[in-house]
Amino acid sequence: MGEGFAAALPANAWNWIAVWRRNYLAWTKVALASLLGMLADPMIYLFGLGTGLGLLVGRVEGASYIAFLAAGMVATGAMTASTFETIYAVFGRMRDHGTWEAMLHSQLTIGDIVLGELAWAATKAFLAGTAITVVAATLGYAGWASVPYVLPVVALTGFAFASLAMVVIALAPSYHYFIFYQTLVITPMLFLSGAVFPVNQLPGTFQHLAALSPLANSIDLIRPVMLGHLANNVGLHIGALCVYAVLPFFFSAALFRRRLMR
Amino acid sequence: MSNVAIGLKGVTKSFGDKLVVNDMSFAVASGECFGLLGPNGAGKSTIARMLLGMTRPDSGNITVLGVSVPERSRLARKSIGVVPQSDNLDLEFTVRENLLVFGRYFGMSTREIQGVIPSLLEFARLESKSDARVGQLSGGMKRRLTLARALINDPQLLIMDEPTTGLDPHARHQIWERLRFLLASGKTIILTTHFMEEAERLCDRICLLEHGSKIAEGSPPALIEEYIGCNVIEIFGGNPHELISLIKPCVQRVEVSGETLFCYTPAPEQVRVQLRGRAGLRFLERPPSLEDVFLRLTGREMEK
Repeated sequence: MGEGFAAALPANAWNWIAVWRRNYLAWTKVALASLLGMLADPMIYLFGLGTGLGLLVGRVEGASYIAFLAAGMVATGAMTASTFETIYAVFGRMRDHGTWEAMLHSQLTIGDIVLGELAWAATKAFLAGTAITVVAATLGYAGWASVPYVLPVVALTGFAFASLAMVVIALAPSYHYFIFYQTLVITPMLFLSGAVFPVNQLPGTFQHLAALSPLANSIDLIRPVMLGHLANNVGLHIGALCVYAVLPFFFSAALFRRRLMR
Repeated sequence: MSNVAIGLKGVTKSFGDKLVVNDMSFAVASGECFGLLGPNGAGKSTIARMLLGMTRPDSGNITVLGVSVPERSRLARKSIGVVPQSDNLDLEFTVRENLLVFGRYFGMSTREIQGVIPSLLEFARLESKSDARVGQLSGGMKRRLTLARALINDPQLLIMDEPTTGLDPHARHQIWERLRFLLASGKTIILTTHFMEEAERLCDRICLLEHGSKIAEGSPPALIEEYIGCNVIEIFGGNPHELISLIKPCVQRVEVSGETLFCYTPAPEQVRVQLRGRAGLRFLERPPSLEDVFLRLTGREMEK
């Protein structure tokens, strides 16, 4: 069984970079459209919900609703970007386009490939989160000083959600199964994790449940800082995100080994 | 470097209760071209995957380039080039980018890869296509690029799964010519194929497979001599079973496959004499081939 583990683990600390660079090269060919999408999607939410609902809601936790929402959208943008990159693009490369097959014919291991894909999905999440943060700061909904603090959290959030989605695609027989993950996991998380309204609006049990979600941990790190306060329990939240990033990574790599190396 | 490139001993593999490779043993010497020849489902691709460590045998031992597989398959793969059954090039990349990206998978630096790209393009006869997107290339060009890509790490051993399946005859001959060039330069090649002609033209030795078992092994001429050893007349246009009784006395052996009668005989003119006057029969006399060996050993033609 020992050698089976070796195939599921990264062979070294740098092999994954070749996978990341492959994806980066592919992305440079569609970069403009990709960046526009990353900017447009959260801005539509921000102005649609922020200005419309903001009129009805008034101030939330001492901030304007649109500023409250902007911080939630940064974390949500990272979540969506890395989730979709993984469940659609990575799944295609793994199952349909032979990209992983070609990689497995080289000296790369499954662990190297999964790590490279995760790093790439986290990079896209980072770009998406950065786009929203910069928009929010430019419009005065967040202080520029918060940006260098927020961006590493965005990258970690992207890593965690890519890792979780990696488990989903390792198990899914086809694209059709992703709808369950989207509607039963991702969308509820959006509403339960304080992205669009404060968690304390929820019944008590839901509040406890929500606190465990990776999105809530990410928002608890990002929002206070964007609104000019200090975040609480920073170590705990970062630790939780790291667990969500690391454990599913190893689990998914083991699942891929079972799926691809029969 | 030992002169055994690949060794299989008693390798067995089942998927569920379907036995796909049964007690397989063979050895491939360095510099040799070895063919795994058999119909679809004979277990050829499974053996190719096992050599790469991508499928684990249920029992038996595999050694590739001096290391145990799958235990140390990553080490072996550093010196292996793979041509998969279907091209898995990056279609949105150019020819050059495909080579660049693949070289990086082997840990090569951009400069190292740029250094070998010109000779690979020349090898694949794609010098004028280096900046064309792969999606725009013909099937034969894609195949040559896949072959060039497999050489990026300067492998000692090439593993090719059906290297010319799906190509037109012209493109197939081009690939064969390139493979002979590689053999002349000292590479070891193991290829799977269901083309008898491919095996006969390229391979020093072949292993004939059916239902996961080895049914014969040797050089193509030796196998043909051993199992057939005389000319063949194919007769079609009549009822084969009715004709058998007429010609039985003057042939060594007859086989019926579909509506064709295969007569193996050192005296073909006698067969013609026996059947003289029967209308509508057509005769094709030819030297024996691996096709006849397969028919002899399995009682059926290999499905294309």
